[in-house]
Amino acid sequence: MQILQLLLYLILFPLIAALFILIVRRDSGRNMIVQISAIVIGIVSVVLLVLGWDKGTLIYSFASEPVSQIMFFIEIILAAFILYLGIKHRKSLTVVLILLQAMLLIWFETSMAGHLHVAETLFVDQFSIIMAMIIGIIGTLICVYSVGYMETYHLQHKNIRDRRGIFFGLLFIFLAAMFGLVFSNNLVWVLFFWEITTLCSFFLIGYSETEEATNNSFLALSMNLLGGVAFIAAIIYLAVSDPSGKLLGLNYLITSSKAIALVPAVLICFAGITKAALMPFSSWLVGAMVAPTPVSALLHSSTMVKAGVYIIVRFAPVLSGTTEGLIIALVGGMTFALASCMAISQHNAKKVLAYSTIANLGLIVACAGVGTYNLMWVAILLIIFHAIAKSLLFLCVGTIEQRIGSRDIEDMGGLIVRMPKIAIMMFIGMAGMFLAPFGMVISKWAAIEAFITAPFGLIFIAILAFGGSVTVFFWSKWMGKIISVMRNQTVIEGTGQKEKYGVLYILTGLVVVVCLIFPLISSYLIEPFVLNIYGQTARLAQANLTIMVMMLCLLMIMPFSLLFYRKPVTPAPPYMGGRAMDDSMHFAGSLGISRELVLSNYYLEKTFGEERLFMIGASLCWGLLLIAGILLLGVIL
Amino acid sequence: MIPEPYVSILYALAYVLVAPVLGGLIAGIDRKVTARMQGRVGPPILQPFYDVGKLFEKENPVVTVTQNFYVLSYLVFMVVAGALFFSGGDMLLVIFAFTLSHIFIVLGAYASYSPYSHVGAERELLQIIAYEPMIILTAVGMYMVTKSFFVSTIVASPVPMILLLPGVFIGYLIVLTIKLRKSPFDLSTSHHAHQEIVKGVTTDFAGPNFAKIEIAHWYECVFLLGVIWLFFAWNPLIAIAAIIIVYFLEILIDNTISRFKWQLMLRSAWIVAGTLGLVNLGVLYYLKMVVMP
Repeated sequence: MQILQLLLYLILFPLIAALFILIVRRDSGRNMIVQISAIVIGIVSVVLLVLGWDKGTLIYSFASEPVSQIMFFIEIILAAFILYLGIKHRKSLTVVLILLQAMLLIWFETSMAGHLHVAETLFVDQFSIIMAMIIGIIGTLICVYSVGYMETYHLQHKNIRDRRGIFFGLLFIFLAAMFGLVFSNNLVWVLFFWEITTLCSFFLIGYSETEEATNNSFLALSMNLLGGVAFIAAIIYLAVSDPSGKLLGLNYLITSSKAIALVPAVLICFAGITKAALMPFSSWLVGAMVAPTPVSALLHSSTMVKAGVYIIVRFAPVLSGTTEGLIIALVGGMTFALASCMAISQHNAKKVLAYSTIANLGLIVACAGVGTYNLMWVAILLIIFHAIAKSLLFLCVGTIEQRIGSRDIEDMGGLIVRMPKIAIMMFIGMAGMFLAPFGMVISKWAAIEAFITAPFGLIFIAILAFGGSVTVFFWSKWMGKIISVMRNQTVIEGTGQKEKYGVLYILTGLVVVVCLIFPLISSYLIEPFVLNIYGQTARLAQANLTIMVMMLCLLMIMPFSLLFYRKPVTPAPPYMGGRAMDDSMHFAGSLGISRELVLSNYYLEKTFGEERLFMIGASLCWGLLLIAGILLLGVIL
Repeated sequence: MIPEPYVSILYALAYVLVAPVLGGLIAGIDRKVTARMQGRVGPPILQPFYDVGKLFEKENPVVTVTQNFYVLSYLVFMVVAGALFFSGGDMLLVIFAFTLSHIFIVLGAYASYSPYSHVGAERELLQIIAYEPMIILTAVGMYMVTKSFFVSTIVASPVPMILLLPGVFIGYLIVLTIKLRKSPFDLSTSHHAHQEIVKGVTTDFAGPNFAKIEIAHWYECVFLLGVIWLFFAWNPLIAIAAIIIVYFLEILIDNTISRFKWQLMLRSAWIVAGTLGLVNLGVLYYLKMVVMP
């Protein structure tokens, strides 16, 4: 029972912490609670890993009825609150969707839920543990970072109402809901936590209460409510097709025959697609960047979108080999290729990160949709690597933004001189996203090797080849901007807020360390999990692993070569076609006018423009989803 | 019989030692043939070695000290990629190491903040995204034929690869033109003096740093020609003949076609990869997976 207590603790403790955070009025007291709770949650999730990694799948049964009823009441109250907000802000779409959802829920609860008895309510397996580690370590690190960030945020934005109590409370509720989501076996519970994450992100995106923030938060809410409707539909379908309610247990549903599981799986995967912000729904995640940066970091790395891909990966065994699964994979693949292209045309650092997230989520869904054993292995690997690198990058951008007052990549020139620590950490984070031998490239490589043996794999290999090379472009030019050395720049790195930098150091360390120890993560957690489901598992060849580690070591040694060049040299001026240039980067232009040298990156709007590509992607993906819908209807009828 | 791991290490070592000599010679012959095509006498075959030797004797002016690091990393990872290839390693890993090394030269160009090297760097990145898909498809094609990404297995295959992968081969030739910095694709830096952005990515490198870039390019050249060998690996004589013909063709193209804009380069590289490359792979996929699984 020890592990069950840990699970309950992880779900409930953040809630209690949130309660205290909401009650305590003084900043210092609240900050202390945030930090201590974060540490506690982190430690408990590590304890869960230590105790649970070798236990396989553990399923816990207890009387869930009273809890389910409480959940139902909470959902209805929240629905009423959303309804009120929707009417207040005149968001008709939200109102319609929340009414639809509430009606479906009430119908389900009154006419079906009575005789449903799902005994197995909570469970934990290796995949849940991995997710719990991501939530419990990266999620809490972001919370700790937020303490310093929000202090500065409110100093810099005096016009925004200081609601930090609610802010931090929501962060912890978010974490609790995520833990609940990955530990729940009862789909009704999964739905409850699913809706809680939707609402938390809604409130957090709208935190600044500006018009843009409110609109974007309602956009996110509507799209996720649409997914929620599909989720409820899946539950009702299951309740109708099996009145005993046994199928509502995730463990039964996944192992039952495709004839039964496919319809709910596709409906839930549709919900996953909305939550993971794949192509027709990608705009909500891009819009979500109006929120304070730690919120973006949280949404993009350890919560929210990861809930979406988590559920799709869970259903990968059901999807594998089906046309519907292939369609979902294609939606993911399209999203990967197009979102990568769209990132090229963006100046705004957070937007580039957002599109990169969308692209990677697309890749994960592509893997899960095809759903062979080695692709599931890749999908989980991608989730891990992406969470770490992306949270680091967002927090770095947040720090830079508060320091230089801009999140435009064009304003980040020479950051290596101005904020050397942040610049190096960003560098490592970006390398983690696209360079060998770091995480994302390992995953991309494994994905190519896995797709090649999968049915219709060639389509996805083509998507990977083109989309993957495009990512090189936007990351490298950003890197180039950071390291371009201009004259007359001074260090403006304020390292006053120690915990902020502490979090960044830890995340940077994680990017490198996880790269080194991923064979261990693979063989102790991912491989047993995949083996348990498919009866076979994937891994990278030992020889290649050795070479990767050697490359990583070489990459870490290379900077020491700078020691050979310590001899002071007078730097030459950059080549300017022979024109003289002074230290302030001014040169004598034509007609004797002194001009400043300003260099800007390529954004290639005409070729990779956001709107055009989004139109293409959205119409293609809507088309695909429509086909999937028609296929489903055929199955149901 | 020497045990296998040692053989691969020996091959890697041989590459590290021999490739620069071979690459330099190829560069020398290239210059000579080019000169003859243009009606000049041309420099001696060994001229590239004299040039590099002289560059090493010069002082090493830099705009920023970090440039040294980027250039050295470029060279080191180029050698690593090539050595991995010749030791029979995984093609995909080779490609990723190859990309890594190019990112370093791009970063070196960005670091100097000269408008010429800056534009060169952007164009070099465009070149990378233009050629990378085709290189990956090449590796995938070879996997489809031999069921392995390992060069050691691919090279030992008795199948005449070129007959199964003609489209991929043509796609690879386009990529080769980009990689060898031959016109019409010599956008980011050129062997010729007539470029509007001076020397592109290499503008702000001089002396020993520039020499390292040259040597890295020699290594690169030998590696790229090694990939051509794989297409003809079942018969070494034909392979050598193919490499000579291909290289001659590259010189001919270089001297007869004028430079493209990046849009045309990206489009032609992607269209060729997307049509010839993918169609070739599709047919192969169909044959291997559907007709005779």
